[in-house]
Amino acid sequence: MSSQDTTTTVPVWQHRMPKTRLALWFFWLLIVATFVYCWNLMTAQTMWVFVYDAPTAAADLMSRAWPPRFSYMERLWKPLWDTINIATLGTLIGIMMAVPLAFLAAANTTPSRLLLRPLALFCIVTSRSINSLIWAMLLVSILGPGILAGILAIALRSVGFIGKLLYEAIEETDISQVEAITATGASKGQILNYGIVPQVLPAFFGISVFRWDINIRESAILGLVGAGGIGARLQASLNMLAWPQVTLIVLVILATVVVSEWVSARVRHAII
Amino acid sequence: MSVANLQTFPSTWKKPPQMIKSRRWRIILMIGAVCYLTLALGSVEINWTRVIDGIERGQRFIQGFLEPDFTTRWRDIRSGLIESLTMTFTSTVVGVLISVPIGIGAARNLAPPWLYLICRSIIAASRALQEIIVAIFFVALFGFGAFAGFLTLSFATIGFIGKLLAEDIEDIDESQAEAIRATGASWRQLINYGIQPQVMPRLIGLSLYRLDINFRESAVIGIVGAGGIGAALSTSLSRYEYDSAGAILLIIIAIVMTAEYLSGHLRRLVK
Repeated sequence: MSSQDTTTTVPVWQHRMPKTRLALWFFWLLIVATFVYCWNLMTAQTMWVFVYDAPTAAADLMSRAWPPRFSYMERLWKPLWDTINIATLGTLIGIMMAVPLAFLAAANTTPSRLLLRPLALFCIVTSRSINSLIWAMLLVSILGPGILAGILAIALRSVGFIGKLLYEAIEETDISQVEAITATGASKGQILNYGIVPQVLPAFFGISVFRWDINIRESAILGLVGAGGIGARLQASLNMLAWPQVTLIVLVILATVVVSEWVSARVRHAII
Repeated sequence: MSVANLQTFPSTWKKPPQMIKSRRWRIILMIGAVCYLTLALGSVEINWTRVIDGIERGQRFIQGFLEPDFTTRWRDIRSGLIESLTMTFTSTVVGVLISVPIGIGAARNLAPPWLYLICRSIIAASRALQEIIVAIFFVALFGFGAFAGFLTLSFATIGFIGKLLAEDIEDIDESQAEAIRATGASWRQLINYGIQPQVMPRLIGLSLYRLDINFRESAVIGIVGAGGIGAALSTSLSRYEYDSAGAILLIIIAIVMTAEYLSGHLRRLVK
């Protein structure tokens, strides 16, 4: 649209080219359309009565759940200890499995590129793509409820995480140090021990502590599916609709998470 | 000792300790670790008969995993998958839309201190609560089904994207923002021309990454009744139907791998 009265039109600066603007517009249209489609599919079975009722339900829940029942604390120390054990022992077992896998998966230390490396990478990816709660469900159904299932679930999930970060750290090591060790006539094991391990050791400890911190978070909820720890108490209290106990347990979990995050941040800061 | 003995050169070399230099601390840590391990392992009670029973179940599970059964429970799986996928997309969109203003508010170089504190505490609350616990409360409030799951994932997305976006805005190149300010731009123009172009690639990357995470989480929150494929998985495992469970796990792994591959690809494209 050009107006007749402006004879000398100065081109106005615009942020984007017309074509880009059109493409962007279509991009947003696509997102909105997909969103509406997904929203309709998702809420097809939603009982809107419950949703409209939510404010009253929230007020009701608050009045039931507050104040937390602090006297329940004496029965929480043992599950809390179990939770910390699940996280720590699980991390340790995970490390034991992840370290050899990482050395097999790293391109510069793997003994066979064709066979062992893809196998190790596959193990790492599988372990990473299954959430620890699903691992726990699986193990509870196989081994029966208890701490053992929790420890193994944490371990199996940690393998992928530690393995991936560690093999990337191994691949990033400085080659000149390895060459220097090789030049002294060192054996394969000595090259690993004196050339590569000292370089990845700080990263290794950092990764392990980081994973331990995540594991504390995850082990706190594993009990929901029967894998022991403080989550088991949470599940029991939920089944009894004992909301004051639920509030206390959630507060305890929050405190544990904050403390473990602080510890892990301090340790990582000291290492790196 | 004789003088001659002191003058001989050392013929062996011992690798010096790398992480903990002080010998006393090494010993203290060692003793502490041993004490903890004995205490911890002592408190783990293992029901060996149950474990031995489990070996047979484990074999059945591996068999079920190798011969997955997609057909028997296909209707449950299908509706669970649809719920999971739609929940993932809608919650990521809503979560990102909410977390952009919160991220801007939580950036120290843009927001006044009072706003900074409010936004940072929202982010901290969202990050400290696990998805599962949030899901329990939302299910109690909004009833069973995908809507509670959608709210849970949106809430979790706010903490994730908000924090990383805020850190990104704090790390921007100040000179570009300064140049826009010098032209007399309004606050809105400053955001639009000075900040947004710098953080947009990373925001898109983060959103894609979160999409990926939200799908994984959507497979889990179904366990407490928040809709999605997790509910189907939970039922089939508690009924010991390992072949159906194997099928669901295979679908989850396949989708997660594709999503990871695609989002990695797209993120490289955006950079």
